[in-house]
Formats: sequence, C-alpha cells, structure tokens
Amino acid sequence: MPEGDTGWKRAFEADIISTVEFNYSGDLLATGDKGGRVVIFQKEQENKSRLHSRGEYNVYSTFQSHEPEFDYLKSLEIEEKINKIRWLPQQNAAHFLLSTNDKTIKLWKISERDKRAEGYNLKDEDGRLRDPFRITALRVPILKPMDLMVEASPRRIFANAHTYHINSISVNSDHETYLSADDLRINLWHLEITDRSFNIVDIKPVNMEELTEVITAAEFHPHQCNVFVYSSSKGTIRLCDMRSSALCDRHSKFFEEPEDPSSRSFFSEIISSISDVKFSHSGRYMMTRDYLSVKVWDLNMETRPVETYQVHEYLRSKLCSLYENDCIFDKFECCWSGSDSALMTGSYNNFFRMFDRSMRRDVTLEASRESSKPRAILKPRKVCTGGKRKKDEISVDSLDFNKKILHTAWHPLDNIIAVAATNNLYIFQDKAN
Amino acid sequence: METDDREGNRMWEEDSSHKHLLDTMFARGIKRKCFDGEEDIEGTLAGFKSVPSYNLQRQSLLDMSLVKLQLCHMLVEPNLCRSVLIANTVRQIQEEMTQDGTWQVINAQNTGQASLDRLVSSDILCRSTKEQNEGKLVPSYSGFSKDFENTPSQDIISDLSTVTSVQAPRNPQSNNVWEMENSQENRGNFQKSLDQIFETLENKNPNSVEDLFSDVDNSYYDLDTVLTGMMNNTKMGHCDVLESFSSQTTTNSNSNCKSDINELDHIVEILVES
Repeated sequence: MPEGDTGWKRAFEADIISTVEFNYSGDLLATGDKGGRVVIFQKEQENKSRLHSRGEYNVYSTFQSHEPEFDYLKSLEIEEKINKIRWLPQQNAAHFLLSTNDKTIKLWKISERDKRAEGYNLKDEDGRLRDPFRITALRVPILKPMDLMVEASPRRIFANAHTYHINSISVNSDHETYLSADDLRINLWHLEITDRSFNIVDIKPVNMEELTEVITAAEFHPHQCNVFVYSSSKGTIRLCDMRSSALCDRHSKFFEEPEDPSSRSFFSEIISSISDVKFSHSGRYMMTRDYLSVKVWDLNMETRPVETYQVHEYLRSKLCSLYENDCIFDKFECCWSGSDSALMTGSYNNFFRMFDRSMRRDVTLEASRESSKPRAILKPRKVCTGGKRKKDEISVDSLDFNKKILHTAWHPLDNIIAVAATNNLYIFQDKAN
Repeated sequence: METDDREGNRMWEEDSSHKHLLDTMFARGIKRKCFDGEEDIEGTLAGFKSVPSYNLQRQSLLDMSLVKLQLCHMLVEPNLCRSVLIANTVRQIQEEMTQDGTWQVINAQNTGQASLDRLVSSDILCRSTKEQNEGKLVPSYSGFSKDFENTPSQDIISDLSTVTSVQAPRNPQSNNVWEMENSQENRGNFQKSLDQIFETLENKNPNSVEDLFSDVDNSYYDLDTVLTGMMNNTKMGHCDVLESFSSQTTTNSNSNCKSDINELDHIVEILVES
C-alpha cells in the first residue's frame, strides 16, 4: 500500500460525494463517494395523519463497493472513487445497481431480509446440527419476523475492459445491456456476461501524438435501445445508431454549435468541453453542460441548441484565474426534472441553479447548513457582477471555489432534488408537494 | 546538469522563481487574480491592446500550461481530458506565436534567461536547428504543428517522439518487452489490433503478454511516471526504455547532450504525447 501523503489525504477526503442517483421510482437515492462507498437512502412512507409529514430519506444501506487497487505494471494507483451509479429497473423484490470506478464496473444486488425461519428439524436454534437419531417428531419450520436487514452483494464484476478512465455508464432501455465509456472508447456489455464486451466506439488515434479530443460522457436513449450519444472535449455531441454498424465510429448525427468569433480566446476550447450529457425523459431532447452554460438540443436539429442557459456568466472574465487553479476543468453534471420542464446544475460557493424552461425563469439557490435550516424555504441568491453590491448579494471575488456542486439529481416523478455539496448531501422538496 | 557555475547559479535562481510559480499556481487562494479584469487576454486580436502586454500574458499562459503538463500525480494516473485540453492550449499559443512572428523574436532573446521552461525550450530549439537545415526554424513544440506532421521522419524531434512513443529502443539487443517493429505504420496497426484483442479477452493472468502490451497505449502515463521518477532519482520500472534510448542518440555531439536529452525527452514527451 503506498505510503506517504496518500493515507492522510484519503482519510480526509473519503467522504466526498462523487455521484448521486435516484432509482426509477424515486424511493431510493444512491450516493457514491471518493472512498469507494455507496450509501443508499430510502424514502419513508408518508404518514397521512401527520399534517406536515413528507417522506424523508433515511439511510437504508451502506456498503463498500470498490477498494483502492494498485496497478503494479504501471506503478500507479487505481482510485476507488465511485464515478457513477446507475440503477437497473426493478424486476423483483431486490434492487440492482451498477457502480463504477475508473476501471471496474460492479453490479450490486440489494435485498431485504425481514423474516427468518425457526423450528428446523435438523438443526437447533443455535444452528448446531441435531443428531438425526434423536429426532422423534417432525415439525414444519415457521417464518418469524426479524429486524430488517439490508444486504448488498456483488453479483457481477465487469473488469479489464478499459485502458482509460471510465467516465460514464448507461443502462439500455432493453434492460439487458449497458454501455461504459472511458476517455477514448465505449464498450457495450450484457448484464449477464462479464468476460466479454463489445467495443462500439473507438476514437483513439493510431498515433497518440495526434490525440486532440476525448470522450467526456455517454448515454443511451431512454426509449430507442439502438441509439446512444457521446460528448467530447471539443464541445461536440455524436449520436450513434448501433444498427448501422458494429463499430459506431461514424456517427448518425453530429451536434455542434458554431463558435462565436467575438468571444474567442485561448480558453474557448476548454470551456466548450462538455462535462455531462443527458437525454430528456421524453427522449426528444438532450441537455449538455459545458463550463459556463447548459444547452438543450432538439435531436432533430444538429446545427445549434434550441435553448441556452447561462449558469455563471460572471466567471467569463475570470477564466485565466480559473485555469490557473484548475477550476476550469471541473466537471459539472446536469439533470432534468421528471416532467422535463426544468433543468438543474451546480456552480461554486455551494450554489446550484434551476431553470424553468416554460416560464423562462431561473433561480440560484445555496446548499449549506448556514443558509438553510430543515423545513425552511430556500432563499434565492444573487451574485453581484460589478458596481454596487446590494444587500444579500455576494460579489464574484468572494465566491468560494472550493465549494463546488458537481452532482445533483432530480426525483423522477416528484419535485424532490438531491444536491451533493462536497461531503454533505442535501435533499430539498417542493413545498407544494 | 553540466553547466558552468555562472549558469548553474542562474539556474538555481530560475528554479526558485519556477517554484514560486508552482506555489502560487497551487495555492488555495482562489481569490488571487491572474490577469483577469482589466487586462483583456481574452480579447480579440482585432482590438489590439498594447502589444508587449498581450505577448507577455500569452507567454505567461504558455509557461503556466507547460508547468501544468509537466506536473503530474505520482501515484495516480493523470486526467487525460485535462492533459489534452492543456496540450491543445499550448498548441494554439504556439501556432499563434508562429504566425505572429513573435516566435522567432522569443528565440533570439532566449539565450539562457527567464524561466526554467524557456531554458529548456531554447535548448530544444538549438538542437533542432543544428540538426535541421540552417535557417529553417522548427518550433520547439514541433509535434503540434500540422506542417510538421508532414515532414519526413528524419527530423530529430520526430525521431525522438517516434522512438519514445513506440517505447522500443532501436537497440535490437534490448530484452525490453515493449520492443516491437520500428515501422510507425506497422506499430500503429499492431497496437490497434492488440487493443481489439485485448478488449475481447476475458480475465487475464496479469503476467500475460497481452497485458503487458496493453500498456503500450498508456505510454503517455508511463513516461509521466518515468520522468517524474527520473527527476526524483527513483526507478519506476520503465526507466530502462528511456535510458537505452538516451544512450543511443549520438547524433548530437554537444557535451550537454545527455542531460539535455533527458530534459528534452521530458518536454517533448509531455507535449508531443507518445
């Protein structure tokens, strides 16, 4: 185990949440952290007799998904940080999810046990075997309730298929296959088969010197099981159809917004790099997140997005500082509301932004203990970009760039959101709920 | 480094300022300003501000980018996306500077001054001009230039990047497991087919040959590790590749050759990407 700073660093940072995901019903919320742990929260059953009761999320299960590994060949660590969690649609009493670190994807089964059998014939209550000759009568074992126990067990391990760091996994609508994407390749897996995967996208140049673009995110279409998209560090999105060829290096559609020549700078490419791509629930649109904005694309129009929302435009004049301290490489995620009417993404200073597409309104909110007590209504925040700072506004220079909200999730049906602020998870509910 | 005392002293000073740049770069003080605000480095060239200021900022950005590329986490693989974006930025700057003609200006001024980076880059320039036909200036980050990629591979920079990217020293006696055909083309195809094979293989014995070859693609990371290891005087396992390589570059009879080559490797490999 490598010594030195690493051990100390790990203890400090292990709790940093690295992914957040609701399951299909919204009853379960999974988080993964930098220490390789997965914590699942479950929504309490609402108690209708209590007026202000609303389903709260309590810890349901905690398990260690990935362990740190050491690649002896390259003398490099493989981080145990969970990059993504994706739930499978529920098919029986158990829940299944996929969790991945940089190199290995694991399928976990989470099952409940709330009964146990008593009155065995061949063993007594302590579990010791009874001598068969001593048994004079037979009885039928009875199921008795016990304290709920939630068990997580790894059912499949999908390893050794990625040379580069996995950034995305996405379950197909056929519920049988899923894709995993790293910087240069995308692989297709069958959930039952761990020793084989199909490479469907490969953008690795023959000569690595010519590498100028990497894959940043990928996702399957929510309804069309042959369609997926992947985004790149150059701000482009490619939509691929697996029916057209086995190797989807040639895209069916290519989405790119022409660059605005008046705002060109040395940082243009970096801020155009797409950090997240998500299909709308309807499957008609997709949303991309780049450093300063969120864009909604109509799948039928490749030339430009249909909507663009500025997340923190006031940072445009600070790009050099943000390049210097590496913040410009932060990868923010984005998500749709259940009805696709709203979008959400994170920013700095523990701010996150929500955009109402139909009303053309947006709001900045803060996720922090100081600014919100339980059950209090969140107050909108405002960043002052110059000139006189009004009361309650915060100036750009006072923003804390260490407090970044990279991961957010929206309940698939209700107006409940989960916001990960470093090592804290905030769950907010719409008061109208 | 085999320099005379005077240069050695200057080198030491440069190291301090270089280190200072690193400190400030990695300082948590997010509020410190770069040249944001008034200075408009993001402004268009059309609205030309005072020329020295823009050039200075651009040069600082270039230096900063080089430092970012050189530094890597010793124990964890560097983020490829970030590296590619920074490398693209460096290329952009270099292209613009070449078009400007400021590249030549920098070269002329660049004899043993300013930061450590520039010291090394001028070394590269000196070497390249020695090898090249006289009068033809090859930019130090020549791996990026599109023109460059069309030039014959006799070019020394090309050779350097080719050899190290292959990870195979030209020394046929080497027992290095990375050794493969020298032909660039074959190497590419070989690697690609290996990748595909690798992709479909089931769980492998870590000692299998395929596993070893699968790492050829990651030479970018390997060299980072190696070179960092070299700088720290520790063997990281792949050092023999570069060592055998550097022992063969006899083309330059400059007495500083060997140590310069290591520096050269360092810069070229980070930039050109093996």
